[in-house]
Amino acid sequence: MIPRIFIPDDSGAVALGADKVAKAIEKELKERGIEAKIVRNGSRGAYFLEPMVEVACDAGRVAYGPVKVSDIKGLFDSGFLKGSHHKRWLGDPAKIPFLAKQTRLTFARCGITDPLSLDAYERHSGLKGLRKAIAMQPADIVKQVTDSGLRGRGGAGFPTGIKWKTVLDTPADQKYIVCNADEGDSATFADRMIMEGDPFVLIEGMAIAGIATGATKGYIYIRSEYPHAVAKMNRAVEIARKAGVLGVKVLGSAHAFDMEVRVGAGAYVCGEETSLLNSLEGKRGVVRAKPPLPAIQGLFGKPTVINNVISLASVPIVMDKGAEYYRDFGMGRSRGTIPIQIAGNVKHGGLFETAFGLTLGEIVDDIGGGTASGRPVKAVQVGGPLGAYFPRSLFDTPFDYEEFAKRDGLIGHAGITVFDDSADMLKMARFAMEFCAVESCGKCTPCRVGAVRGTETIDRIAAGIEPEKNLTLVTDLCNTMKFGSLCALGGFTPYPVMSALTHFPEDFKPAPVRVAAE
Amino acid sequence: MAVQPASTEIATRTASIIQEFKALEGPLLPILHGVQGEFGYVPQEALHVIADELNLSRAEVHGVASFYHDYRKEPGGRHVLKVCQAEACQSMGSDTTTARIKQLLGIDFHETAKDGSVTLEPVYCLGLCACSPSAMLDGEVIGRLDNEKIDEIVEAVRS
Repeated sequence: MIPRIFIPDDSGAVALGADKVAKAIEKELKERGIEAKIVRNGSRGAYFLEPMVEVACDAGRVAYGPVKVSDIKGLFDSGFLKGSHHKRWLGDPAKIPFLAKQTRLTFARCGITDPLSLDAYERHSGLKGLRKAIAMQPADIVKQVTDSGLRGRGGAGFPTGIKWKTVLDTPADQKYIVCNADEGDSATFADRMIMEGDPFVLIEGMAIAGIATGATKGYIYIRSEYPHAVAKMNRAVEIARKAGVLGVKVLGSAHAFDMEVRVGAGAYVCGEETSLLNSLEGKRGVVRAKPPLPAIQGLFGKPTVINNVISLASVPIVMDKGAEYYRDFGMGRSRGTIPIQIAGNVKHGGLFETAFGLTLGEIVDDIGGGTASGRPVKAVQVGGPLGAYFPRSLFDTPFDYEEFAKRDGLIGHAGITVFDDSADMLKMARFAMEFCAVESCGKCTPCRVGAVRGTETIDRIAAGIEPEKNLTLVTDLCNTMKFGSLCALGGFTPYPVMSALTHFPEDFKPAPVRVAAE
Repeated sequence: MAVQPASTEIATRTASIIQEFKALEGPLLPILHGVQGEFGYVPQEALHVIADELNLSRAEVHGVASFYHDYRKEPGGRHVLKVCQAEACQSMGSDTTTARIKQLLGIDFHETAKDGSVTLEPVYCLGLCACSPSAMLDGEVIGRLDNEKIDEIVEAVRS
């Protein structure tokens, strides 16, 4: 058999040199006159091993990583096309501990198949969910999604099935499915990975949503910071359309569904669903008041399902394997799996899909392997720029929507940023306020003005100016922002600020005292 | 600085971009992306053409163009370097790498080098948070920035 060489073209792998590695391997094949097929797959998500090159040979798939251009000649010399040993040899990728410990439902194919091969997609159980949905009544599809316990993976955690039911029950001449791919939170890259590594699963999920609710048109709103994902999704949509997965007759059925990729323009707030709808309509990305809910009056005033990438990409497996199969994973009211993104100053950074319920400590210490710098972990921010900073003393918190809420935190889009003991939490609190000020859409005063005043007040604390008074002021301001803002930007900025203040008060002591104390 | 095209030429080229996207639902962002792609920025002269064609007021078009960070009011450099400033990159020392980049290029964020070679911009997350600190040069992603990679970037933008 002709060996196949898998080299990821995922942005993360490319950022670490995967394109250069691919070129070097191509050149080497030519020079040695060896016949082999290069497949550009997605990433399996173990970024500490990227670029991870895999060879499919008689011995099955054998992985090597992290591969550098300088390794290529040696790899060929040692016979890596037959899976032979080399200092970069990792063996069967499915047995690499970081990957073996995962439960991959949504990311089942990511990193394994050629993202743009519809054949490979179908060979690996793709389109099964859509085929089942086509044979069902819309209300039954919605019921199955509701019964699975799937909740919005974008951060709010709202039950996906309930949203769909509202749209199904709202009569209209036109309905829309909008996929929120404006993944702007630091520490999150699950949406990007699925769009680059398995785009058809998102297309399939959106088509199922369309059939379930009577929507015939879909939009994927991708942030402009993700040019590779935009290119990949555009090509996948074209391929799906040509193959009849999208179009007037979805897979030959009586259902019509088509979609378009739209690109954002660098506004973080457009990750908020109503801002995103305004942006899609060609307006300023200003937040809308709710009600009316987007499910009733959404895009262009029409009933609209707006879901995160991962929520939609989890639907095909729910339809294929059934609601119970999915619901049986997880804990409490957090059902199924969650792709946890372990990022920042961490030894084993990457995407780890698992059932809800692991503790924060297990994720950071056992799976993440502690910090990359080797220094002690000081804090982890869970849920992106609007998530709380957790100290070690809260590492027993299980990964679950409600458990995090109980401890004044949120899991958000499940991104975790690890900080070592060199982190200055006053600086991080200030950054949260500053970020909110830069990205505020300007609609609500507590967010627009509060974030600016918050930054200034934290600066005064840092300068040692009336620290007690100013700390009280920041706390009061956070309270106003939390309850006086329409959306999560102003409403959740208090999470990182207050958690930094609460758990790391020593970092907010005025500078002279801090020096004297050392 | 790059040479700015004459206003009549801007109007003509903008008009043909508008035709390409006008049939879309909510065409304004795709049009503005098209205009920026064509000129490297969104010229003032393009705004009234867009407003006329879409039956919007010029204020509305200006409001949208000025809302989004991506749309530039003036031409950028030949290269655009975006350096991530978000939390994950901060945890891996992006403050230090950013300072070095600024020093070597001799410009601050939102500035273009005097020779027009490069525009430096902050970006809040490139989704490369497990390979921090990260940057993007003309759409190409770069992870785990270190002194060596920074030197390569600086050399690339200067050549």
